[in-house]
Amino acid sequence: MRKVYSKIESISGNVITVTAEGVNYNDLAVVTSAHGESLANVIRMNGESVSLQVFSGGRGVSTGDEVRFLGHPMQVSFSENLLGRIFTGSGIPRDNGPALTDNMIEIGGPSVNPAKRIIPRNMIRTGIPMIDVFNSLVESQKLPIFSVSGEPYNELLARIAMQAEVDMIILGGMGLKYDDYLYFKETLEEGGAMSRTIFFVHTAADPIVECLLVPDMSLAVAERFALEGKKVLVLLTDMTNFADAMKEIAITMEQVPSNRGYPGDLYSQLASRYEKAVDFEGAGSITILAVTTMPGDDVTHPVPDNTGYITEGQYYLRNGRIEPFGSLSRLKQMVNKDSREDHRALMDGMIKLYAAYKESLEKKSMGFRMSEWDDKLLKYGDLFENQMMDLSVNISLEEALNSGWKILADSFTPEETGLRTELINSFWPKERILEKESN
Amino acid sequence: MAKNVGKIVGINGNMVSVETDGQVSLNEVGYILVGEQKLKAEVIRITGKRLELQVFEATSGIGIGNTVELTGDLLTVELGPGLLTQIYDGLQNPLPELAEQCGFFLQRGIYLSALPRKTEWDFTPSVIIGDTVTNGDALGTVPEGKFDHRIMVPFGLKGNYRVKEIKSPGKYTVDTEMAVVEDENGKTHSLSMMFNWPVKRAITSYAERLKPVKPMISKIRIVDTFLPVSLGGTYCIPGPFGAGKTVLQQVTSKHAEVDIVIIAACGERAGEVVETLKEFPELIDPQTGKSLMERTIIICNTSSMPVAAREASVYTAVTLAEYYRQMGLNILLLADSTSRWAQAMREMSGRLEEIPGEEAFPAYLESVIASFYERAGLVRLRTGEFGSVTIGGTVSPAGGNFEEPVTQATLKVVGAFHGLSRERSDARKYPAIHPLESWSKYSSIIDSNKVEYARDVLFRGNEVGQMMKVVGEEGTSIDDFLIYLKADFLDYVYLQQNSFDPVDAAVSVERQEYLFDILLDVLSGKFNLETKSDARQFFNRLRQSFLDFNGSEWQSDDFKKLEKNILEMINDKKIGKLEDTGIFQKV
Repeated sequence: MRKVYSKIESISGNVITVTAEGVNYNDLAVVTSAHGESLANVIRMNGESVSLQVFSGGRGVSTGDEVRFLGHPMQVSFSENLLGRIFTGSGIPRDNGPALTDNMIEIGGPSVNPAKRIIPRNMIRTGIPMIDVFNSLVESQKLPIFSVSGEPYNELLARIAMQAEVDMIILGGMGLKYDDYLYFKETLEEGGAMSRTIFFVHTAADPIVECLLVPDMSLAVAERFALEGKKVLVLLTDMTNFADAMKEIAITMEQVPSNRGYPGDLYSQLASRYEKAVDFEGAGSITILAVTTMPGDDVTHPVPDNTGYITEGQYYLRNGRIEPFGSLSRLKQMVNKDSREDHRALMDGMIKLYAAYKESLEKKSMGFRMSEWDDKLLKYGDLFENQMMDLSVNISLEEALNSGWKILADSFTPEETGLRTELINSFWPKERILEKESN
Repeated sequence: MAKNVGKIVGINGNMVSVETDGQVSLNEVGYILVGEQKLKAEVIRITGKRLELQVFEATSGIGIGNTVELTGDLLTVELGPGLLTQIYDGLQNPLPELAEQCGFFLQRGIYLSALPRKTEWDFTPSVIIGDTVTNGDALGTVPEGKFDHRIMVPFGLKGNYRVKEIKSPGKYTVDTEMAVVEDENGKTHSLSMMFNWPVKRAITSYAERLKPVKPMISKIRIVDTFLPVSLGGTYCIPGPFGAGKTVLQQVTSKHAEVDIVIIAACGERAGEVVETLKEFPELIDPQTGKSLMERTIIICNTSSMPVAAREASVYTAVTLAEYYRQMGLNILLLADSTSRWAQAMREMSGRLEEIPGEEAFPAYLESVIASFYERAGLVRLRTGEFGSVTIGGTVSPAGGNFEEPVTQATLKVVGAFHGLSRERSDARKYPAIHPLESWSKYSSIIDSNKVEYARDVLFRGNEVGQMMKVVGEEGTSIDDFLIYLKADFLDYVYLQQNSFDPVDAAVSVERQEYLFDILLDVLSGKFNLETKSDARQFFNRLRQSFLDFNGSEWQSDDFKKLEKNILEMINDKKIGKLEDTGIFQKV
């Protein structure tokens, strides 16, 4: 029988301090107060004084409440029974289903040995041309979706959850608006994808410490499923809320803040979550897509900035479209060489021309006379935006590539595209060549 | 040394507080006992009986009162034959062997020997009994890949020693006693093929340090021609995320003309290291015809691995580089990224509650960065041979803003600055090194007057480009417009390079010189182009042919055909030379 401590010496925010012995760093405890029980974990020890963060928050905890240490770190149940279920950040069911307590596994486990990793090689097709053609998503990749509040990022995530070619989805919601949580639930239920999905959801009204647990819970479960051979896609929304929760705890703990109040280990903390993305040789894989809202549309804000250095590229969501500039999938080179021979060249060529279009557009808006070349670019830009960038376009990669050639042929002569001659010979739409000859 | 023990009295993240009665030194290594496990840690502050240690592992499960064994030794690495081809973590644990023991995950508290103990090396002595030797002198050699690995007198042995015993030629393992030497006081020392050296102390067993002069060929056009790096020099690559820092380093590590490449992946993505890990053994080193891995050591402490070991990893890497420099070799150390290392320092500084400097980095940031880069250099060994360590470090500035402390501290001490620009990478112009903002203090492979001329064209082209944004194309004279097109052309076909094209990825010095001459001919030429649309068309066509030309094998039939085509195209429109070309014509 473990000892129960009934004297809490200080309560500051969500952090309480008790005098206890025989406790280990990171251990879990149960705090029993008038409002019910809550879990807490050890975050600092100094002599016999032990500081814990209370998952359900410090509010209502009294100095006379009981603290019982469990002698192990945070755990989550793992089995097939998790599928189709919805949990809170501390693993309590949200969907009125039974609590799961069998086969408990620890969260936040050690990282994968780099020598055991393999080179990513499989594309995850999504049916969204701006992803499949221009920035392919690759199994075991970690990618954030940088976005401003108000952009349809949750809609995009839901669409990816429905369409992505994976075995299962784990959705981790942090600081989610209740409406958004219901939106995800309903969309996936209607689309029949619920049975391959697990939710760990912290809504904006829930205690802040639970927000910190969501990524670890989601990823610990994902890791086990991946080891059993499943291709898992983890969707996290929104990582900025996660970072803000970390900031809140760090300030309560009187840590020296480094940049705009965030703790100095923000990078390492984010990295230890994102780096869980992996492709296990001979087993499954974890792929992570995480929404990161940029406060004030500022990519240099510490959260998107640190994220960008960790992840393998990023998608920018702006004006309801995935922006071709700035958006980058670093791993696309691994897969787009095998998809179709024109994939790479077409991708680069179209982006370069789109960049030129933007310049012409700027000139036009300043009232300059448009040259013939500018007019061609303007036409191209319009076609590109409507037939490629629009998020409602839902076509396979091959269809999208063909559509790309068509857009080019509608706007330019072959040598204006800057593409290599062999490719133009084999892919330039045949009817255009005939038209040209008959002229 | 007698072991000193202490007890844990506090834990805060990856820092523990320990109380001990014995003697302790700063930076000595201690082991925390947690159940069956021993976790490595380093003393970073001593106040009376209380010590602060940074733990190189996850601290979960450590309790108050746990025992800490203090070893009395500083953090060291093992030096000896067998380092090449290895993949280590920041503390020199071989990762593949670790994977064999523990499977997919890194288990804490497991430390393996860095050098394989079972391998037998073919030893040839180079001293005889009675010879006098000192630190850094060779006792003999063993073949390691294509190199003769020198078995040296440990760098810590100061003064002169007389060889009393030396093993005859034959096969031995690294821990066999190879020689016995006697110092001036008659005390004998037993020497094997390996010894330990503290990572934070530079190896200085050479005659003198020299100024770097010879260029290090990277086969990247913009680097070799415009922003060169010398053997023994230092350079940094700051850039916002996604600008291609790591790709640039990967390309350099493949093609650079040096003897050994050491890659320190410090706090960066594991996936990127894996590319190197899996690719290198398959790639053939054009210089030797053997696997590229035979000239490579990888030190890998990726972002999710413990933070304290990240700091150690750059020192481990530079120590290994210095060790091989003692054998008269040229070593290139690529550190990616030094910002992560600086952040590791910041995290520890925060836990120690030191007074923070700018952006909460510790006040000693600059001096630590400077002393790291100063470990690079070209040296003359006591044997008269030359060896060099070149250091290239990437910097990941917060928000891509070069004004931040780590970039600024680095710029003070390096010899070349390859600044990557978001603008260029967004426009898919790779490598995204900004040609006008970057600088280098080393000398180029191409005559400096010619390079200056080309740089001038770039500069003026950029000015015209800026002006055109305001006055439009119609407000620009045809002469200015031509300069703009020439600069754009130079950028497109020379500064940009396709690292995924087998031919274009690595361009020899010979080819760079050749190409640059054709290019100068265009840049300095006067052209018969009346209208802007003619001019644009001409340069578009020329660019197109040049791109095909860049992708053709050096001196192949295709190459000659394309070259002929290009020269005809130029001569068709060219009607002379511009007047301002005198500078490089004199040479």
